[in-house]
Amino acid sequence: MAVLVRIPTPLRTLTKGSAEIQAKGETVDSLIGDLERQYPGLKDRLLDESGELRRFINIYVNQEDIRFLQAKKTALKDGDEVSIVPAIAGG
Amino acid sequence: MENRNGLRCRECGRQFPAAPIHVCEFCFGPLEVDYRYDALKGVVTRASIEAGPPSMWRYKELLPIDGDVAVGHHVGFTPLIRAKNLADELGCREIWVKNDSVCHPTWSFKDRVVSVAVTKAREFGFDTVACASTGNLANSVAAHAAEGRLKSYIFIPADLEQGKVIATLVYDPTLVAVHGTYDEVNRLCSEIADKYRWAFVNVNFRPYYSEGSKSYGYEIVEQLGWKTPAHIVVPCAGGSLITKIWKAIKELKLLGLIDETSSAKMYAAQALGCGPIVTMIKNDTDVLVPVRPSTIAKSLAIGNPADGYYAYKTAKESGGSGEHATDEEIVEGMLLLARTEGIFTETAGGVTVAAAKKLIERGIIPRDESIVICITGNGLKTPDCLQDSLEAHVKIKPSLSAFDRALADLKSQTS
Repeated sequence: MAVLVRIPTPLRTLTKGSAEIQAKGETVDSLIGDLERQYPGLKDRLLDESGELRRFINIYVNQEDIRFLQAKKTALKDGDEVSIVPAIAGG
Repeated sequence: MENRNGLRCRECGRQFPAAPIHVCEFCFGPLEVDYRYDALKGVVTRASIEAGPPSMWRYKELLPIDGDVAVGHHVGFTPLIRAKNLADELGCREIWVKNDSVCHPTWSFKDRVVSVAVTKAREFGFDTVACASTGNLANSVAAHAAEGRLKSYIFIPADLEQGKVIATLVYDPTLVAVHGTYDEVNRLCSEIADKYRWAFVNVNFRPYYSEGSKSYGYEIVEQLGWKTPAHIVVPCAGGSLITKIWKAIKELKLLGLIDETSSAKMYAAQALGCGPIVTMIKNDTDVLVPVRPSTIAKSLAIGNPADGYYAYKTAKESGGSGEHATDEEIVEGMLLLARTEGIFTETAGGVTVAAAKKLIERGIIPRDESIVICITGNGLKTPDCLQDSLEAHVKIKPSLSAFDRALADLKSQTS
């Protein structure tokens, strides 16, 4: 599945400055694998040593937090938009 | 500047220069201002603080400001009130109310964080400030931007209370009402902050902004005569305030301003309809499960609190706990504080009073120890939630006999 991935500023050093990239994956998990193939090092920034999503990263599929979906197993379809967003403070 | 080294990742400890950035690019941990406490020790003293202005700026050396304060010169140093009537009602020996419902100029503790953030925005040369807000932050950013002659963009959930919308619009910002929850507004703002070069007080300015909350903690301790209370009950939305009050206490110890054995048990107060931090505390897990908020306490309606993990750790490390309040209990809490102490707080304050009451009644907070209840916002901003709970007043014709009859009726009703 080809999806659009929005890359936050702290990760753009790895994507050669790109704010949006195209990637493939049946699920969020496999999408992260494809991101790693395209931009080595990205996976380590997103996942901790045990392979879990880092505590302060939120991933959204079409504006929905994947923790309200099937987390990393959330299925993707062509044209989906995936946002990687650092946690931000309250107001 | 010699008092600080720049920014430091709270998780992995990597150092970063002082810049408008908020996330560690290696582990995504939040960045924090890195103070040189060894350089501050002996320089910041009780006497130096007490000689300062009657505002949060008496603690300026402990805040990340390089030059002069740009806006909000009169923020903070709000009353700490001995709440004797409330204590009597709850059967307690010593309750204090730290009353930021009268914080100048926009009637909530958010003035503390915003005055730091807007001053910092000026220092970094920004001409536009922005925020995602559940209301109080919107009021404060718009007001301080006006004072600082900066442009402001304020993003709020479209269903916000009218009082908070008007109390933002009056300062002439660009107000953007987003059809979505606060968490959705927040996510959008994170993406906007990446695209536009604005000073988003709670995004790229978060490391500086959040430090302003420490002043709330310093004041509690100073106003108690440089002593910590045994218990502090704090409302939690994003979870930053409770962690910063705790940090303030630790800093005062590091600087030798209070006894090394000083401590306080920290308690998180949240609405039952949006209480992910208290749920972590009750389940004793450091994994936050986000929720979709459903509560009248809209200023606390953050289902995915960024500092939830640290708020949980604060409650645990300090030996405190947390409690939820239902919407009915929130209204009762607001009415209780008003009836006993003459303080009209917003729904968030109702949450805090209600949670404190439950913690006391459950024996978690002992009745014979000192308790500080943190009141952080003003009731006049959210009067709608009380409409159904308040009885209509007596209406009469302008005659003495009409009043006599009305009074007799009232007395017969209450007897």
